[in-house]
Amino acid sequence: MKRLATAAVLAASVLAGPLGSPAAAQLRITITDPTLSPMPFAVPTFVARNAEAGELAQDITRVIAADLANTGLFREIPRENHVGRITSFEAPIQFSDWKAINTQALITGSVLVEGDGRIVVQFRLFDVVSEQPLGEGLQFVGTQDGWRRMAHKVADAAYSRITGEGPYFDSRVVFVSEQGPKDARQKRLGVMDYDGANVQYLTSSDAIVLAPRFSPNGDKIIYTGYESGFPKVTLIDVASLQKQTVGGVDQNMSFAPRFSPDGGRVVYSAEVAGNTDLYLLDIASGATTRLTTAPSIETAPSFSPDGSQLVFESDRSGAPQLYVMPAGGGEGTRISFGEGRYGTPVWSPRNDYIAFTKQNAGRFHIGVMRTDGSEERLLTGAFLDEGPTWAPNGRVVMFTRETAGAAGAPALYTVDITGRNLQRAATPAAASDPSWGPLLP
Amino acid sequence: MKTTALLLIAALTLTACGNRLGGAGDGAVDLNAGAGAGGVVPGSANDPTSVAYFQQTVGDRVLFAVDQSTLTPEGQATLAAQAQWLTANPGFTALVEGHADEQGTREYNLALGGRRANAARDYLISQGVAANRLRTISYGKERPLQVCSTEACYSQNRRAVTVLAAGAGV
Repeated sequence: MKRLATAAVLAASVLAGPLGSPAAAQLRITITDPTLSPMPFAVPTFVARNAEAGELAQDITRVIAADLANTGLFREIPRENHVGRITSFEAPIQFSDWKAINTQALITGSVLVEGDGRIVVQFRLFDVVSEQPLGEGLQFVGTQDGWRRMAHKVADAAYSRITGEGPYFDSRVVFVSEQGPKDARQKRLGVMDYDGANVQYLTSSDAIVLAPRFSPNGDKIIYTGYESGFPKVTLIDVASLQKQTVGGVDQNMSFAPRFSPDGGRVVYSAEVAGNTDLYLLDIASGATTRLTTAPSIETAPSFSPDGSQLVFESDRSGAPQLYVMPAGGGEGTRISFGEGRYGTPVWSPRNDYIAFTKQNAGRFHIGVMRTDGSEERLLTGAFLDEGPTWAPNGRVVMFTRETAGAAGAPALYTVDITGRNLQRAATPAAASDPSWGPLLP
Repeated sequence: MKTTALLLIAALTLTACGNRLGGAGDGAVDLNAGAGAGGVVPGSANDPTSVAYFQQTVGDRVLFAVDQSTLTPEGQATLAAQAQWLTANPGFTALVEGHADEQGTREYNLALGGRRANAARDYLISQGVAANRLRTISYGKERPLQVCSTEACYSQNRRAVTVLAAGAGV
């Protein structure tokens, strides 16, 4: 299998000469505001600085618009409704043209293709109402195959400035691509941009693969693989596609691996004589520590962002519930107390919530709760929703939704932390077990 | 795939005079070939030493209640018969596969399948089968037998299946 190309954003810098006082701008979305209505924005096609940049300028503009509109927080004013035309990136903005069509946020930009093939993207964000720029202008330089990443960088900057939340559009997702009938499903690992573009496959369909996770810097993926005939914790290098079994080599079955936030350790489950417990592997030394010893099932672990604690799923009470314990092992504290069965807890990178799967009264839900189990809130409900993963900013959750019956198939969905804006994510085939990678540099 | 190949080899070794009936040297192996006594076609379902007999007459699977890995009386009877067969046919090892229905999260179901496979394995051992002839694996909810999304299918999918392979054990 071929090595994967890396689309690069080589440099980002602040543009000189803001056209007003950024401090005066008022543009603001609070994403947890229950009365929120989408903010109208306009993004006229970026100015092409030379003929080679013409098509790229259009493509980049469309990706930026899609990123923002798909959040449900913004509403694009269609280009055919625009009164003003941006023909020069440097020319002063005629704000009256944009006020006339009720624009609140205006994004302008330019694209240049340099002689060596690199592309330069510049952009500015304006608060139309106060006629002020929101933040400095920015410039991104990158390789031509990285044009989508530069569009995501622009959209990320606009999103962050207006919402005050961290960026997440310039990121990738690893998932399991599925083909074939339900009783003989073929599975392989895929990675894609968060919006479904640039899909690449990392494994063949010869062996079952389950529940992959990115390493903290995105260079490796760890998953449960049946390549040996038995489920084993397997590590794959994203660039070279080299694979190795790393955890539970001597155990009957090892699965559910997750990286520690520093990338140096892996927590996973192993089954010995029917009993599944949690183990911690130090990757460098290969040393393994057993973290739990109960006769119950302990699985689906997730580190807290500071690496000091683990949340996991255990049926020690008789049915699966969520527990938190120190990352070195020890007494677990139960945090889920609602009706039903809880599983697949995932600690938010912002440390404010734990996302989980809940099964109750014949339905599955994706939900969030505070890290002490309080303020439980269900975000979705369906025949089978499972396996949430957090966007890098901890404000959007992606998960698997599988439909019922013989023709049932899984797909990836996203929903924001308030339960709004449920959307199906674009994938070329049926897909499950998404895991959101880090924000790209 | 590997299991199939092993079974073919097993059929050859177990058959008194396993021979090729494939015709023009195409290498095909007829599982029913050989000198069967008393009208029993070796390797067929009415040959009590055959894999087909084990699957169809002894019964190669036991079923479980929702979220349970406790063996039912029927399951125990099936496993006792499996143990008897394995004792009488020492040339086989067995891989016990544990499975779950789709009503559960993926990784929990893997662990649950592990429990079910081990419950069946432990029972086989209690009935005299040597531990070194048995291995377990879990497929969780990855390999349903029936594909509908109702209890009629789920009850068939919550299972432990004893899959035979040739060999004396490790």
